[in-house]
Order: sequence, then structure tokens, then C-alpha cells
Amino acid sequence: MNWTLALPEILLAVAGLVLLLVGVGPKRDMTFPITMGTLGVLLVAAVLSMATADGVAFNGQFISDSFARFAKVLILLGAASGLMLALDWNEKQGIARFEFPILVLFSTIGMMVMVSASDLITLYIGLELLSLSLYVIASFDRDNERSAEAGLKYFVLGALASGLYLYGASLTYGFSGSTNFAAIGSAVSGEEGASLGLLVGVTFVIAALAFKISAVPFHMWTPDVYEGAPTPVTAFFASAPKVAAVSLLVRVLADPFADLAAQWQGVIWLASMGSMILGSLAAIRQQNIKRLMAYSSIGHIGYALMGLVVATDTGLRGVMLYMAIYLVMNAGVFAVLVSMRRQGRSLERVEDLAGLGRTDPAMAIAMVVFCFSMAGIPPLAGFFSKLYVFLAAVQEGYWVLATVGVLTSVIGAYYYLRIIKVMYFDTPAGALDPRSASASVILAGAGLFNLLFFLFPAPVVAAAGAAVAAFAG
Amino acid sequence: MLDIGLGHYLTVGAILFVLGVFGIFLNRKNIIVILMSVELILLSVNLNLVAFSARLGDLTGQIFAMFILTVAAAEAAIGLAIVVIYFRNRGSIEVEDVSTLKG
Repeated sequence: MNWTLALPEILLAVAGLVLLLVGVGPKRDMTFPITMGTLGVLLVAAVLSMATADGVAFNGQFISDSFARFAKVLILLGAASGLMLALDWNEKQGIARFEFPILVLFSTIGMMVMVSASDLITLYIGLELLSLSLYVIASFDRDNERSAEAGLKYFVLGALASGLYLYGASLTYGFSGSTNFAAIGSAVSGEEGASLGLLVGVTFVIAALAFKISAVPFHMWTPDVYEGAPTPVTAFFASAPKVAAVSLLVRVLADPFADLAAQWQGVIWLASMGSMILGSLAAIRQQNIKRLMAYSSIGHIGYALMGLVVATDTGLRGVMLYMAIYLVMNAGVFAVLVSMRRQGRSLERVEDLAGLGRTDPAMAIAMVVFCFSMAGIPPLAGFFSKLYVFLAAVQEGYWVLATVGVLTSVIGAYYYLRIIKVMYFDTPAGALDPRSASASVILAGAGLFNLLFFLFPAPVVAAAGAAVAAFAG
Repeated sequence: MLDIGLGHYLTVGAILFVLGVFGIFLNRKNIIVILMSVELILLSVNLNLVAFSARLGDLTGQIFAMFILTVAAAEAAIGLAIVVIYFRNRGSIEVEDVSTLKG
């Protein structure tokens, strides 16, 4: 019994309950102090996560390894940036309530439990803690019809995904005799091999996780939910939960089901291919920039999954590196989106950025950096994230996948360039309201990361490499 | 007398699961029916888990089923809360009306 391995999660859970009490107690509005408290606890948890030792706790339910540590730091980073963007936006929108940071905190615990799960039950509890919090924050602007509809759609499809996962988990349990990843792994690699029931179970589990990362063909909720949810909530959805679900998929496929690689590689290949194509084609005609970002995120998931198809150490390292860089690019783009507000009204059409190059040159330059980075133009960080997965795919002979990846990147560049064209060459539609300090901080931080990554790639690449080395044994 | 074995339980579970999934996709009337379909899916899983647990002589499956029951209650509560705010905004819970966001 080695409960200190779960110390970051336990700290966050206790802090969440304490902050909830602090919020209900006093008569005055506690949103700001509670947000600051949550950010502080997230920071402490990040430090603790980095310091936890390797090992298995709670009778094999919970595992702490370099992979979990890497994913947890990314998750905490994503949650903190989402929270910072939400603070100012919620206030201007009139939905500043202290429950918001606490829901983000609980969903963060869910994500951390997910990436540390080494048992189907732990995985389920983490996934549900994440999903239930996300359903609520998707419909957080509760007097807004669109936010309520986004929450409803997310709930129905999310509940279906949980159902698919559970059905797959029940079959996996029944045909392998255990819910523990290590035991499932040895059942899979046993002499008689995997039974048909087990294969069906694995397929259901993959389908459910594909739902959570919005890979084609389970992407249909993404555009609607991204468009309807409040902008900082969309920013949060596109960052931390994506990283957590991709990490979870990597862990499940590379650890217990590693010996079924020949079976699941085909499924992931299709999902990767479909996501890349749909993500780049469907985004072209979008006028709503949040919807555009939804298709863009589907496309990025396609590129990340390419590394998972390859399934070698290089490929998996590519996936984790991709998610790390995607998290930062995404935070930057959404810092711009959150700042899109004119005369107190929040805007979300691409045309609303018109003339930003003249009215707010600093933010326009930052947006140019993020768009080029998302399009994968060297020497920005987004280029390297694509380079590592394409390289892994080519090395292992996945030529079709790599070629489609390059072609869809070119198509994708079109709609990123369209944003830049609107910002610099269209007639200004009037200045935006002054942006908040937190958005400026994230813009500057993410911008510098994207610009300077090519000078110092080694630490991030090495961390991603160390993370996937956890599966080598 | 027919012996009821694992296969029978799994078949019932599979039928309930498929009914639940179809209930979500083919239902054109009411969002409450979707919530009922979700519960149906979860119960089919519980049936599977308990049947496997009895067959394997292993308690894990039953513990998993208890966890699912607990989480399903929380999930239903949140689902109903979202349906309530949706109804307050739109004055209707017809599935056909849930279509403001598209493109």
C-alpha cells in the first residue's frame, strides 16, 4: 500500500472540497480568490507530480511512471491556462461563478486518475469524473440557449461513449478473467492468444476512447460542442482533456493490448486517415472560428494518431511530443479567441478579426505565429511536432499515411492563411476591447515557446522519449 | 429443462445494449427517452459483468457493477439538470428541435 504515489490527486481532491466550502460560506463573491486558490493548488500538484516515484499503488489499481508524470504535467498546464483565460471572460460575460474553477479542478483530478490508471475500474472512474465535470461546464452559461444545447449534445454522446467503454470493459473482463492491465496483458499474450470476445471488447474500448479524443468516425459532437460552449470552456476542452484521452489511448494500446498491435493498428490507421482528411476539408468553409478550431483539432488528432499507428518507441514519442506542442499552440490561439470582444459583446466569426493587424499589432503577430505553427511551417514548434510523427511513419514504411498527412497539412494551411489574410488585408471592423492581462501572459508565453522551440527542442523531446520508455519493459 | 448458461446472459445483455444504442439514434421524439436508453446500456453492462463474475468465480465484476450503479446515478442527475436548463431556454425537449448548432 503505497498511497503517496497518488499524493497529487489526493491533494487536489481535498483542496477541491475545501475550496467548495470556502465558496459557499461567505456572503460576498468568492470567484476570484477561489480561482487563484485553484491555480495555486494546480501548481503545487504539478511540482508533486514531477516528484512522485515509480510504482504501483492500491493493489495494482494505480500506476505511477514516467509516462503518467509527463501527461500529468501537460494536463495541469492545460487546466491552468484554461482557467486563466476563463477568469476574465466569465466576468465580462456575467457568468463568473465560483463553481467554475472547482469543476475544472475536479475534471483535472479525473484526467490525472485516467492517465495513472492500471485497471479498467480506475480508468472508468477517472473518465467519468472528467466527463461529468465537462458536461456541466459545457452548459455553464446556463441562460444561453447555445450553451445549453452544447451541454445536452455533449452529455448524450458522452454517455453513449461511456456505455461503449463499459460494454467493451465487461467483455474484456469476461474473456481475460481480470480488469487489471498487467493480468489482461498476460492473458492477451498467452499461448492460445486472444479470443474473439476479447477482440470485440478491445474494439469497443477503442471506439469509446476515439469518442473522447474526437477521432473520425466519432467526431460528430465536436463542432457543435465547441461552437456552443463558452469560449474559455472550448479552450479547455481542446487542450487538457484531449491530452489526457490521447495519453490514455496510448497507455491502453501500448501496455495491456500491445500484443494485439496487428489487430488495432488497422483501426487506428483508419481513424488517423479519416481525421486528417475530414479535419482539413471540413474546416475550409467554416465562418465561425470556434467551429473552425474544432475541425482543426480533429485534424491534429489525426496527425497524433499517426504516431500511434507506427507503435514503435519513436512513434509513441512522436504522439506525446505532438500533444505537448499542440497544447501550447492551442492555448495561444484560444487566448486570441477569448480576447475577441467588441463593446462588451463576445465575437466568434473569422471576419471579426478583420484589420487586427492595424488595431492590435502585437496580438496579430502572435496569431500569425500560432497559425503558421498549426499549419506546420518551419521553424515553428508545430513543424517539429509533425516532423517527428511523419518521420516515424516513413521509417516504418507507412508511406500512404505519411503522404496523406503532408497533403492534408497543405490543405490545412489554406484556412490558417485565410485567418492571416483577414487580419492583415481586410478593412478593419473597429478595434477590439483591451485584452486581459492573463490573455497577454498566455499569448506571450505560447508565442515565445512556438518561436524558440527550434533552438531548445532537446528537453521536451527527451521528456517525451523518457515518458514512452515506460512501456519498453 | 433448459440450462441457463453464460451464453444466455450475454445474449440478453447484447440485446439490451443494442436496444439502448438504437434508442439513442432512432428516437425522434423526446430527450427523456434518450436518458432511459443510456440507463438501458448501463444495465446491460451490469448484467454482463455479474454473469462473468459468477462464471469466473471472481468478485471484481460485481464490484465493477456497484461502481457503475453509483456513477450512473450521478450521470442521470447531471443529465436531468442539463435537460432542465435546456427546457428553460427553449420551452421544448423534442429531439428534432436540438439543431441550433450545425454547419
